[in-house]
Amino acid sequence: MNNFDSYRRNFLSIVGITAGTVASVTLAPNLFLREAKAKPDDEAVTDAKRWGLLINVDKLEDGGDACIAACKKEHGWGDDPKSNQAQDAQWVRKVKVTEKLTGHSFSLPVMCQHCETAPCVDVCPTGASMKRADGIVQVNKHICIGCRYCMMACPYKARSFVHETLIDQRPQSPRGKGTVESCNLCVHRVDKGKNPACVDAAPDALIFGDLNDPNSAISKELKQNGGKQIRADLGLNTGVRYQGI
Amino acid sequence: MSNDSIKNTTSYSELDNNGLGYWGILAFFGLLVIGGLGAYNYMHHHGHYVTGMNNQIVWGMPHVFAIFLIVAASGAANIATIGTVFGKQVYKPLGRLSLLLAGSLLIGGLIVLLLDLGKIGNVIEMAKGALNFKSIFAWNMILYSGFLAIIVVYLWTMMDRTKTSKSLYKPAGIVNMVWRFLLTMGTGSIFGFLVARQFYDAAILAPLFIAASYVYGTAIYSLLLISTYRLTSRDIGDAVIKRLRYSLPLFIVAVLFFEWVRHLANLYATEHHGIESYILSGDQFSSLFWCGQILLGSVLPMILLWGPWFKNHNLALISASILAIIGGFIQLYIIIIGGQSFPLILFPNAEVSSSFGDGMVNSYSATFSEYLLGFGGIGLSFCIVMIGMKVFRMLPATLADAKVTD
Repeated sequence: MNNFDSYRRNFLSIVGITAGTVASVTLAPNLFLREAKAKPDDEAVTDAKRWGLLINVDKLEDGGDACIAACKKEHGWGDDPKSNQAQDAQWVRKVKVTEKLTGHSFSLPVMCQHCETAPCVDVCPTGASMKRADGIVQVNKHICIGCRYCMMACPYKARSFVHETLIDQRPQSPRGKGTVESCNLCVHRVDKGKNPACVDAAPDALIFGDLNDPNSAISKELKQNGGKQIRADLGLNTGVRYQGI
Repeated sequence: MSNDSIKNTTSYSELDNNGLGYWGILAFFGLLVIGGLGAYNYMHHHGHYVTGMNNQIVWGMPHVFAIFLIVAASGAANIATIGTVFGKQVYKPLGRLSLLLAGSLLIGGLIVLLLDLGKIGNVIEMAKGALNFKSIFAWNMILYSGFLAIIVVYLWTMMDRTKTSKSLYKPAGIVNMVWRFLLTMGTGSIFGFLVARQFYDAAILAPLFIAASYVYGTAIYSLLLISTYRLTSRDIGDAVIKRLRYSLPLFIVAVLFFEWVRHLANLYATEHHGIESYILSGDQFSSLFWCGQILLGSVLPMILLWGPWFKNHNLALISASILAIIGGFIQLYIIIIGGQSFPLILFPNAEVSSSFGDGMVNSYSATFSEYLLGFGGIGLSFCIVMIGMKVFRMLPATLADAKVTD
């Protein structure tokens, strides 16, 4: 092989690597991140998406125990040492329902239902109880004054008040004495393109996804088989839907 | 000077008592304030786990005290309104004390609410503009602070002798009256606009609170007026007592009317049968409602005040006022604690249970610190009243019949 060929091969290799790198840098965020649904930290949340959760109660053999355990582990609630049972935080709980007339019985996990028009957001005097553009309802603990009006207003009793000083918290889910908290659909995971912890704990029974996207798994399933809201009479258009209730 | 202005025939004077009586009573209320501050410090330091409040009963005894004081504040200012807006001469000399009491009760109530907050430091964020104007709490903050400002201006029009102040006397009275209506409606709407809970979610709570404010305010005012005049050996004649005697039971009737309509509407709608039987015939609240609010707090005061047996007898007004205050307190306890203790209905016609109190009646018993905080608010209100009466000319030198225009 003469020198010319060697130079040409090297040159083409460099051009190829450079072109490949440029193409990767340009296209990869769209390709890879779309796949993983992640959102860069500095990108604002928009209403293009509306996150939703569909829970098939019939497929939840434990009534949601595994989901609840995963939520506890992810957010570190439920074992506040000084609070009594009625004071201890519960972001999600298993509710057993038995119809009086028929005796039909089922259990389901109940948490923040991520209402489109959330009463907790309406009543909050500071705006700490807020709904993100993508439909996730959560509490901004930096401006929550701990008045608990949102707890009075929530029809699902989804919120808890932190009754004591907490130590050893989860870095991804800080909690604060004197503020109100509730399920935030694991917003820190969702923004990184992951599912909420409860969904990963029961992937056969829970579907998480974008309700605005007609091709998402949750939208297709809801369109085909439907999903009920708890207290649909209130017209809150919840982001959390159930099958089998 | 127009007919609407205060006639300058009334002479007012400060409390000139420097004896043990005045300072002793002031010290008593001061001790209540110190107790309240101690309770705040204790609750704030440890967190709300030291209280009886929890995730089911999120508002407890401090809120009963606070809302009682705030509602009473609006009613206490009604005495001034009758004199100014409706031109009843006999009420005019009573106006200054009415406004002093109103402002003091409001401050006492607001401080209790404030000191119960979980994260009081974040209130500064609201001052920086973190306000949600769809929140009735946010409206109320504007209504409460506006009320205090109006009281100051209104008092100035009563106490200053310049032409400007006199010309503003009636407008200030009208603004005060309208503002009070909005304020008490706003307080009632805190509960009235809550769709979540069976015992709330009714707009009638707004007028109910207005009527209740007249009862609480008139009762507290009557007690304050009679006890102050008795302790300072000032004359108070039957003309004034008679007015208070007749108006208090009228306000009680108004409260009973709104309560009756509210419960009747609930009894008609199947979805509210559960909460109604819980309050009206359940174990926890039925005796409080029937014996406390209705019999002791409403019927008995009406008999005492309207019955022919105790005519022109201060004792009848004093005991009726005390009973009406107790009845009012019980009324708010039933609304606030009773309303929260009844479970939320997620699935109608079903038995539900969970580890979070679903489907069961939630229990609440207030701790000592919660009472202490509440009484601290009362202490603060009356410290302000007593200092106000000492520093400013709030009280007519005499309210003897000959000096009062009926």
